[in-house]
Amino acid sequence: MIINHPLLGPRDANEFVHLGDESLIDRPDGMADDAANKFHNYMYLRDNPAGKYRELWYHDAGDRSWLVVTRDTLTHEIFDVELARDVARARGRSK
Amino acid sequence: MSQLFRINGGLTDRSKPINFTFNNKQMVGYEGDTLASALLANGQRLVGRSFKYHRPRGIFSAGSEEPNALVQLRTGAHQEPNTRATVTELFDGLTATSQNHRGSLGFDFMSVTDLLSPFLSAGFYYKTFMWPKAFWEKIYEPIIRSSAGLGSLSMLEDPDKYDKGFLHCDLLIAGSGPSGLTAALAAGHAGLRVIIADEDYVLGGRLLEEDHNIDGISGQDWVLQTLAELTEMSNVRILPRTTIYGAYDHGIYGALERKTDHLADSGDKPRQVLWRIYSKRAMICGGATERSIAFANNDRPGIMLAGAVRAYATRYGVATGNKVAIFTNNDSGWQTALELVAKGVNVVAIIDPRDTAPRTHISGVAMIMGASVCNTSGRKALSRIALSNGQTLNVDCLAVSGGWSPNVHLTCHQRGRPVWNDTIAGFVPGGDLPVGQFVAGAANGDMTLGAALKSGHKTATLIAKDLGFTTNSSKVAKADDENFAIKQFWHVTGHKQRAWIDLQNDVTTKDITQSQAEGFRSVEHLKRYTTLGMATDQGKTSNVLGLAVMAEATGKTIPETGTTIFRPPYSPVAIGAFGGRERGQHFHPTRLTPSHKWAKEQGAEFVEVGNWMRAQWFPKSNDKTWRDSVDREVKKTRTSVGVCDVSTLGKIDIKGRDAAEFLNKIYSNPFAKVPVGRVRYGLMLREDGICYDDGTTARLAEDHFVMTTTTANAVLVYRNMEFARQCLFPDLDVHLISTTDQWAQFAIAGPNSRAVLSKIIDKVDMSNDGFPFMACSNITVCDGTPGRLFRISFSGELAYEVAVPVRYGDALIREIIKAGKEFDITPYGTEALGVMRIEKGHVTGAELNGQVTAFNVNMNNMISIKKDSIGSVLSRREMMIADDQIRLVGVKTVELSDSLASGAHFVAKGEKPTTKNDQGWIASVCYSPHFEQHIGLGFLERGHERHGEIIRAWDGVRGTDILVEIVSAHMYDPEGGLQRG
Repeated sequence: MIINHPLLGPRDANEFVHLGDESLIDRPDGMADDAANKFHNYMYLRDNPAGKYRELWYHDAGDRSWLVVTRDTLTHEIFDVELARDVARARGRSK
Repeated sequence: MSQLFRINGGLTDRSKPINFTFNNKQMVGYEGDTLASALLANGQRLVGRSFKYHRPRGIFSAGSEEPNALVQLRTGAHQEPNTRATVTELFDGLTATSQNHRGSLGFDFMSVTDLLSPFLSAGFYYKTFMWPKAFWEKIYEPIIRSSAGLGSLSMLEDPDKYDKGFLHCDLLIAGSGPSGLTAALAAGHAGLRVIIADEDYVLGGRLLEEDHNIDGISGQDWVLQTLAELTEMSNVRILPRTTIYGAYDHGIYGALERKTDHLADSGDKPRQVLWRIYSKRAMICGGATERSIAFANNDRPGIMLAGAVRAYATRYGVATGNKVAIFTNNDSGWQTALELVAKGVNVVAIIDPRDTAPRTHISGVAMIMGASVCNTSGRKALSRIALSNGQTLNVDCLAVSGGWSPNVHLTCHQRGRPVWNDTIAGFVPGGDLPVGQFVAGAANGDMTLGAALKSGHKTATLIAKDLGFTTNSSKVAKADDENFAIKQFWHVTGHKQRAWIDLQNDVTTKDITQSQAEGFRSVEHLKRYTTLGMATDQGKTSNVLGLAVMAEATGKTIPETGTTIFRPPYSPVAIGAFGGRERGQHFHPTRLTPSHKWAKEQGAEFVEVGNWMRAQWFPKSNDKTWRDSVDREVKKTRTSVGVCDVSTLGKIDIKGRDAAEFLNKIYSNPFAKVPVGRVRYGLMLREDGICYDDGTTARLAEDHFVMTTTTANAVLVYRNMEFARQCLFPDLDVHLISTTDQWAQFAIAGPNSRAVLSKIIDKVDMSNDGFPFMACSNITVCDGTPGRLFRISFSGELAYEVAVPVRYGDALIREIIKAGKEFDITPYGTEALGVMRIEKGHVTGAELNGQVTAFNVNMNNMISIKKDSIGSVLSRREMMIADDQIRLVGVKTVELSDSLASGAHFVAKGEKPTTKNDQGWIASVCYSPHFEQHIGLGFLERGHERHGEIIRAWDGVRGTDILVEIVSAHMYDPEGGLQRG
């Protein structure tokens, strides 16, 4: 596979490490009252779609940026590659 | 044996004879021959024995689809089994031997299996070797193993070199037949970067093997003219001897180039190169493969594919027999007859199950219509055929054509399914091609020459336009379309003898009908039960025939029956090629510590720790065993001073205004208020609450920390920290950089460590007040070399770690040894390091094994409840902090002479060692020179309140069962006075 890195252009998938679901960005607040429940869901509940999927990849042999890659799990077609930091900010993780 | 079967014409160079041997027989061929064509020219018809029944077999095809003619090539370590003679380019001195027989090729003791064939049908092994159960391992399996397989390995290391490479192009063309060549011309003229690859060593595909006219010249001349034109184009790369073996995601194709397989000696060049080709578009121009017809005893040497008979005559100048008959259900067999007759080959008859002949007359050839071949005879070579009309013919070669199957393989590597085309009686590519892939020529069902030339040109022109290139209307090569009519005639029925479908796996029509009768309805099940289409040829000549027979047996149509899934590789790829240069010691990179050269000079024993080579111990002349060395190193360190290279620990530089806040989230214990100039031990959890890593982190400035991780987890910890920084806390002002390779770091431990270091360090107050336990500082050493000093202790002694930029590492270890001479300083390796940390009760990866929590290692108080850090919430789950959980303990043998092994389980005295009675395990052990006995660290249920108890350490693997005393994990200097002193 080729991942079109938003900063570096097309790079071979060999340079990357795959982590998993984009929802790992949405880490709950550990100090909240129902933190235990929220962390259980965060850690253990995942969607496993056959089709479009947003997932985290790490450019291990490159610039060490974390990316959110939108990939079709059936065809491996990649629709979009974003910097995970931008996604995290857009999802309200700025302090 | 002279070349009795050589005829005029062909592309072999008669001025260049080549000597080779087959089964030690000297033979001669010509440059341009394959091993197969040279064997046929020499009249060698019997070339091997079949897989299951050990039937005599000859050459069947003229290409990579060959199921029969598998030979052992070369000798010694270069020996290569299962090489297809039909694609082996002849070279001077080639040695080949036949395979799969005991005794000689002519007299094979194993051919008794042929007589046993009534018992050896599909599923024989599954049904027969089931009982008695005890027989399997001792009796059945060894027998089956020794008779299974075809060729044999030399069992020597492969001396050849393999390489890997990357290629990029706008258009990759797989196949250099008529469609591939017109495509390359069109794309090349339009300015695309083109790669055209062919598995053959001569480009041209079927134009080499058949006589045609293109644009008024012979097909072979047109190929030469076209190749000359392509060679002139700097944007076209021609790769002969290169098989495109797989179609992968995003236009990436795998290709195997055979660089020196055609040479007697590789001359130290790589034998094969595995290319990864990145293409914007790809065209599959793989042509089509002929298939056989199933009739009784259709496997004898001399029975060949009709196209192959034509190829041997036309391309190689070899007659495959003195009396040839042709059995065909389609017009291409008639073309073969015409070409053979034109070349002076004696064609006795053409037998066609169709009623009407496509031609009125071929000189000297009997045209027998509405008939089929129903049996053959001749044990080691074909001698006679019997026809359905009662006639018998004496022939030594039977050319069979059951039609042509487009080579759709590469179009299906991403689970695409081909579709059935009734007109050509073959599967053609379906609509779901891999992204960027196109198909042209016979591979796409354009079975005639004119159509193939056109479709190659047209498709390449479309691709060029699509990629934004301007196409100047280059003219299309023109040729007539030959007749291509076919009757779907698959097998001759009405006999009880075996009719082969898959020659390589000895699968007959009976096996197909039988497995159908036994309930194997899915084509995938049929394949696995009968082994149809497996092994080196992957059923290229047999799959469609097998499907057709199965369809008939089930009363379904062929499209309803479907095909099995096509997977890479298209043809076999040596494991060596996939390995490339990454073998032996180059399987992974080797990392050397800054003191490696020095340690080697000291005669150190080294141990692999991940990619690192670390000194394990430093033997001295009067050390009798490794234990003597390790014990000495420990004792010396504990009584005077020792030094150890600890540069392999992960080092992460953390800078930024929010660095402290960031660390507070990474570590479970508080880090926000670590003063500048102090080091703190940190515990890192996984988000699920399990212990992940530990280490020390030093605060060198308000906004600057230096973290150490364990050697093993250095990469992973860094990755997780980047995840936290970029994905969880994107706006913290903090930056990370791995500096593991930038700093050389040495631990200097023991009561005299301060005295040694004072001689090296410039201007630092080394007193206990001036530089107390857990202090850190930027310093200089040896008159001005910049460095860092940390007062931390893994050994439990008064100890320091001193770091300098890595280029000074070698110099620093020599300076430390020089300064320590008066104290008899000892270098120590990883073993002594391990002994001292076990004595001290420090945990490492043996304890933090991904199963234990902070609670388990008695460090639950390190998880701050006043803040949210990674893993803190889930570490508080009820079960993880329950009273009866395992806890870290120390163990000592009750008998001083007993030794311990890690992995032993704790079982109470008098109880059976069962899972139910298992109370925990021993994680680390060592002989402790300090306690003069074996000690260890382990986990025991409620272990923290069971100090003093005697329990069994039961080890079922090593068969030991000894008594140990449970003690505190902190065995050596539990109060910590030494390290603080």
